[in-house]
This record gives sequence, C-alpha cells and structure tokens, in this order.
Amino acid sequence: MVVHQLDEDEVDRIFAALADPTRRDIVARVLTREASVSVLAQRYAMSFAAVQKHVAVLERAGLVNKQPHGRERLVRGDVDTIRAATRLLDQYEEIWRGRIVRLADLLATPGEGESP
Amino acid sequence: MSVVSSTQDPEALTFTIVAELAAPPTRVWQVWSDPRQLERWWGPPTWPATFEEHDLVVGGGSRYYMTGPEGEKARGWWRFLALDEPRTLEFEDGFSDVSGEPNPAMPTIRGLVKLEETAGGTRMTVTSHFATVEQMEQLVQMGMVEGMTLAMGQLDQLLASA
Repeated sequence: MVVHQLDEDEVDRIFAALADPTRRDIVARVLTREASVSVLAQRYAMSFAAVQKHVAVLERAGLVNKQPHGRERLVRGDVDTIRAATRLLDQYEEIWRGRIVRLADLLATPGEGESP
Repeated sequence: MSVVSSTQDPEALTFTIVAELAAPPTRVWQVWSDPRQLERWWGPPTWPATFEEHDLVVGGGSRYYMTGPEGEKARGWWRFLALDEPRTLEFEDGFSDVSGEPNPAMPTIRGLVKLEETAGGTRMTVTSHFATVEQMEQLVQMGMVEGMTLAMGQLDQLLASA
C-alpha cells in the first residue's frame, strides 16, 4: 500500500489552514458536496473576496482542489490530504489505547496498588 | 476488550476514548487520584511517568516527568479544573521546562474524564480537547516517541508470553 507521507512544510500548511474555524467549516462542507466559491460565499457573513482568500489557503495546503465545471470551478475536499492529517490523531489514539490496556491490567491485579 | 469505542474529530479538535473497566467507579477513581497508581499506567513501560506532586483539588495540580530509555526526562504539569469524586475529573495537561516550571510556549490539552457505574463495573470516557490544530500537531509529534516506544513495549510483552 502506498501511503502519502507529508513533509514538515506540508504538515505546517495543513494545520495552519485548519486553524481557522471558517476554513474548517469550508473543508467539512466541500467534503460532502463540492461548491463554487460564490455558493460558499453566500454561507458566510464575509465578502466574496474573503471567502476566496480562505479557499486559496486551503488549496495551497492541498486540503481542497478546484475542478472545472461548465463556466464555474467547483471547490472539492481532498480526501487524501485530510486522511493524512487524521493519521496524527491515530497516533494520539495509540497512546490512549496503551494507557487503557495498562489501566485495565492494574485494576485486574487484586490488592496490588490499592490505596491503604 | 477494555476499549469500547474511540472517536477522532479533527474539526472539533477532540479525541474521545470509551473503555469498560471491571471495577466500580470508586476504585477507578483511585487510579487517577493516587499518584503511585497513576504512574503505573500513564506512561508506557519504556517511558514511565513519575508524579512528584499530585494535589487533587480544584485549582491544585501535578508535576510529573517521564523517563526515556536513555535516562532523558520529559516534564509536564496538570491543573485540576473540576472534580466530582468519583464521577468526573477535568484537568489541563501541559509541558514543563527542565526546572519543572510550566512552559507557556508549549501546547496544553484539556482532559475530561467521566466515570459511570455499569453492571460490569465502570464505563470510563476520556475526552481530550486540543486548543488549536497546531497544538494538536505539536503534541502528537511529541507523543510519537511515546507511541513508538509503546509499540515496542507491547512486542516485548508478546515475546515474554510466547
């Protein structure tokens, strides 16, 4: 299986892009349904130019891409990049799974470790 | 199987893990409240945690360090935000500098622990809330060391029991 490995700059761009709530919202939206910048702009209380700027940041981070569609270009979420970002959370999950295993072992040891 | 479910929410910046534990909430509370018990599971075998201070009162906190295979120390702190024994425990978890003082430049996680009594013992839900995505990334990168050594520790266990 080929796994897309992110280099440090890419990771920085992804997380900087996702640090903004509007941009997170845009990503969530275009993952389920692609949309033009004008359609997206109607959803936020900000100018078309501001929304366009947010989309550009997401595009540079590889989180979304634009696909030609008739006269428009539709913004679409890039599943691969988002999946790579999610892998960071996988690693955090591994840490917690290890903790739960050790905690359950500790609880299963009768008498040992209990408070006097 | 202790872990019932785990939920990653990259947009809400939270990670939630739910485990069923074969002990009542009062007993599970002890593994959080007693530093000697906490030390036995917080860090992986290759990076064990030592809690030098563990003051379980709201506004109180902990100072701890984790010792790596080469004897290197990673220091951290907790601050308790809310406590309702034996049901909920909310705390902030951050990094410290070499002298053990909280390092404000480093990320913190807000952890919420919920213990619910079940027929078999306790259902424990731990939610980790990251302040920003950059912080989450930073933490996970640091935690990777922990994650990798953890995997090796599990391998050791497998070999020992074979």
